[in-house]
Amino acid sequence: MKKNKLSTRSVVAIGIGAAVFLILFKFIAIPTGIPNTQVNVAQSWLSLLTVIFGPLVGFLVAVIGHSLNDAISYGSIWWSWVIADGIYALIFGLLIKKAQLLQGKLTTRKAWYFNLGQAGANIVAWTVVAPVLDIFIYSEPANKVIVQGLLSTVINIISTAVIGTALLGIYTKNKVQKGHLVKED
Amino acid sequence: MDNLFGYQTGQTVFHRLTGSAKLIIFLLLTISGVLSFDIRYLLLLTVIALLGLWQAQISWQQIRVIVILTVIFALLNLILIYVFAPQYGVHLFGSQHFILSSGPYALTQEQLLYEAMVLLKYLFSLPLALIFLFTTNPSQFSAGLNRIGVPYSVAYAVTITLRYIPNTQRQFFMIKKVQEARGYNISKKSSWTQKITGVVRILTTLIFSTLDQIDEVTQAMELRRFGKGKKRSWYYEQSFGKLDAIALILALGFLVLGIGLMMINHSRYWNPFS
Repeated sequence: MKKNKLSTRSVVAIGIGAAVFLILFKFIAIPTGIPNTQVNVAQSWLSLLTVIFGPLVGFLVAVIGHSLNDAISYGSIWWSWVIADGIYALIFGLLIKKAQLLQGKLTTRKAWYFNLGQAGANIVAWTVVAPVLDIFIYSEPANKVIVQGLLSTVINIISTAVIGTALLGIYTKNKVQKGHLVKED
Repeated sequence: MDNLFGYQTGQTVFHRLTGSAKLIIFLLLTISGVLSFDIRYLLLLTVIALLGLWQAQISWQQIRVIVILTVIFALLNLILIYVFAPQYGVHLFGSQHFILSSGPYALTQEQLLYEAMVLLKYLFSLPLALIFLFTTNPSQFSAGLNRIGVPYSVAYAVTITLRYIPNTQRQFFMIKKVQEARGYNISKKSSWTQKITGVVRILTTLIFSTLDQIDEVTQAMELRRFGKGKKRSWYYEQSFGKLDAIALILALGFLVLGIGLMMINHSRYWNPFS
């Protein structure tokens, strides 16, 4: 028998994390002014969860959250983008694994690490994986999906850089304070 | 608003099918529709899906919003395809029959056929998904996932997601209102900086309450020895009946028909122009 790799905490983090991901996906979207393109806050939430719980949890949060959201908002699940979203979390999680982003305060160096990681993972997921799958699975015209992919790459990188970094900063700051309180006891 | 999934009890054929059977049928039919580029097959699939929707006795009131959204989304995509690749159909079918004018943006029969197929591909799965969402108890859905081979820890995570969506939704709107009352607005009128500050404020609150929730639920589950056994039983587990077997065979037959058509056509496309 294969050993069950997910701890109870991970299972719960995936479950509740995906619910929050879905709600953010559905209810907060900042329009950019370009039609059909919005800043998705859910991606920043996904990045933070991946930092805290690791790549596997991030992957499953993205896959479950994204596919459920597609199903309840459009009725059809756009598999190529669901998979791309999962791959984003997986690659991002692996890239930042060694950085120990949660140890101590968020320094400039760590912020750079976080952002280089998310940029790299976003480029692979949205400029490569999503368009390639769109062409293979849905046989969409190449130039259309590549433009869509590039647009989402840029938007995701910028929004994660602004909102994601802010969230990581706030999270680590509060976490450190909590740790100090325990020590003084 | 409270019930995003809209499961309703009822006595239709779809209610009597087990969750896992419905899940497999949904996946089989979706795969068939995604693979095939044969307009006859896609039309048949769409008609079957619509008949199913009618059989499931779902009222138009309940599905109006999602149908309108899906149609708008599909039409936008069709326009985008035309803007980016007006002669993609010609490229796919290898022939060119003009309907209107000439030049790079000329309307051809091939393009029309391709776009019609894309439209059907967007639309056929909507009735299927609606039937699934409206006739499947979420708990049966997770039990079904586990039954078709998804590890139970993942299936359980899906149960938690379904269970927490209404809670999170309520919490989200409460936090949003509180922040609005304090002057942090994220409506269309506010500036970019205001929107971003507002969003970060909502998220910060949501993150810490969510992390607390994760800890609480984890402790509760650990106290009940979650994950200690190799298998788990499900409260809503159902055994397969005759009806499930018939429905599964029909769905499988449909997929085989699709693959058969692909073999006759020698590709995923059916080409009426050759």
